[in-house]
Amino acid sequence: MNALSDKHILEIFNVSKIYGSVVALNNISLAVPQGQWLAIMGPSGSGKTTLMNIIGCLDTPSEGKVLLDDLNLGNLSHSGLTAIRRESIGLIFQEFHLISYLTALENVMVAQYYHSLVDEVEALEALARVGLRERAKHLPKQLSGGEQQRVCIARALINHPKLILADEPTGNLDEANENLVMDILRQLRDQGSTIIVVTHAQEVAARAERVIVLEHGRLVQDKLNDKVNSDSLEPSSEVA
Amino acid sequence: MISNRSFMLRLAFWSLARRRSRLLAALVGVALGAVILLGMVTLCYDLPRQLSQEFRAYGANLALAGLGSGRMSLLDLAKARELLPKDSLVGLTAFRYESTRNRLRPYTAVGVDFDQVKKTSPFWRVTGQWPKEPGDLLVGSDIALGTDLKEGAYATIDGRNDKQERYEKDFRIVGTVTTGGVEDGFIFMSLADMETMTSTPGVADLAEVSLRLDSESLKQKAALIKEKIPNIEARLVTRVTDSETNILGKLTYLVYLVALIVLALTMICVATTMMTVVLERRKEIGLKKALGAESWRVGREFLAEGILIGLLGGFFGSLGGLIFARVVAQSVFGRALTPHLYLIPLTMLVMVLVTVVACRAPVKRAAAVEPALVLRGE
Repeated sequence: MNALSDKHILEIFNVSKIYGSVVALNNISLAVPQGQWLAIMGPSGSGKTTLMNIIGCLDTPSEGKVLLDDLNLGNLSHSGLTAIRRESIGLIFQEFHLISYLTALENVMVAQYYHSLVDEVEALEALARVGLRERAKHLPKQLSGGEQQRVCIARALINHPKLILADEPTGNLDEANENLVMDILRQLRDQGSTIIVVTHAQEVAARAERVIVLEHGRLVQDKLNDKVNSDSLEPSSEVA
Repeated sequence: MISNRSFMLRLAFWSLARRRSRLLAALVGVALGAVILLGMVTLCYDLPRQLSQEFRAYGANLALAGLGSGRMSLLDLAKARELLPKDSLVGLTAFRYESTRNRLRPYTAVGVDFDQVKKTSPFWRVTGQWPKEPGDLLVGSDIALGTDLKEGAYATIDGRNDKQERYEKDFRIVGTVTTGGVEDGFIFMSLADMETMTSTPGVADLAEVSLRLDSESLKQKAALIKEKIPNIEARLVTRVTDSETNILGKLTYLVYLVALIVLALTMICVATTMMTVVLERRKEIGLKKALGAESWRVGREFLAEGILIGLLGGFFGSLGGLIFARVVAQSVFGRALTPHLYLIPLTMLVMVLVTVVACRAPVKRAAAVEPALVLRGE
């Protein structure tokens, strides 16, 4: 298991997000050390995706401050946030969001294209890391759900992001594929990647080192799992 | 390593090649536009040539006469003929007018070459026969109506020549001519008969020339004749040339107007298709932006697709346009068309410009897509 760094890759201070009269996030504060695997849990409408979008620079908070690798995201322009997404964040989606007319390999290369330079060999290596080298020339419709999610992971990893954000990464997968994807995430974490996973599933959250729970936009629980891969989830601390 | 520009083109190519139904809709729109555009422009280029033959049915477009009130010599007329382009010359008829009589009634007799008249004045309607033999006479329909000078009759024509010497000659009337003009009041004989009868050879009062040329070229030829043969005055038959210019101008305007409308329709078609493409691919755009693509890069990719559609549609449409113009020229004018191959790249360029303009609104819309919204299905 990877030892956590003292440095915080992500720090969130009193962040709120308000849509009209709806408070999606209410005064959230959170610090994520580099190399940590964090799970965000909570019922539908609790603000998980909103928090994920703010961390992933896809949205901005109404109030509060977010520091990503000591960089205040609030000071960045629209294009600045785009650059952070490109340079520092790897996104994994529940619905995979692969481009239908591109092969697995080309889908990975698209992320390289927007980041810097397209390198087919490196993209093939990324696919090999998720066990899909042989399926590189297949279109998404020719791949199973689990394979598509693994392509999505390869795409997220290709630019060596500081932070991997996964939104319900196993939500559309069967148990076998769920295990496969979780093993890949565990390997990434073991290699030092910081991973934040939004999930409904207790089994997925149980694999993380730390779990936070949101309810009605508030952080109601923040606990460390004693043993990664444990089946039970014992609360270590609660936030009022 | 693949360069980013080459990867962008590959993205555009894959997007079109692997989503053929959408490509087909946009391609057909652009190609049809190119077919009509190139077809119309080709016809427009060829229209004066194609129509000049038709216009020749309305008579001569250049008149030659002796300077002042004098007659011109047939020798000078032959020199003038040499100055005219042979491939454009439909016919040249010399006319010689004499004041004559028949049974003391005055008539204007005209000596002509009937073979040339058929070419320069194809609108003459002859009942009976055209004169073929010496002594054959053709009378205008007005004369035939009011006198006994009718087809089959014999007539003695008499008068005095330039030297005031009396002449007289017998003719056989072989036909009646109707033009709806002054010719209906004249009697016509061959120029040779006129020369024999009057004992005055080698002169003519007027020559009518029918040329397959536009009015500008005709003016140049007229000026050339005036310059080279000072004894001959050359002038355009403005009632014919003006009508020709007028009709051609209006037809050309009409053709360009149709081409403009077709371009506008093509633009609407491409804009609609590309807008549909953007709407269909909002998730893809959102994903690209989530991966770190700037708005301008996403816009540039759609533009690249538009340009590819313009190039491909323009190319195939141009080929179709050449065939279209050929079929129209053959079926309407009954003549082959000269293909202008340089119009193909020009048409492709126009179609690319049309698609670029048509892509403006869709590209703007693509650039405005919010990744967070579309990725969660809103």
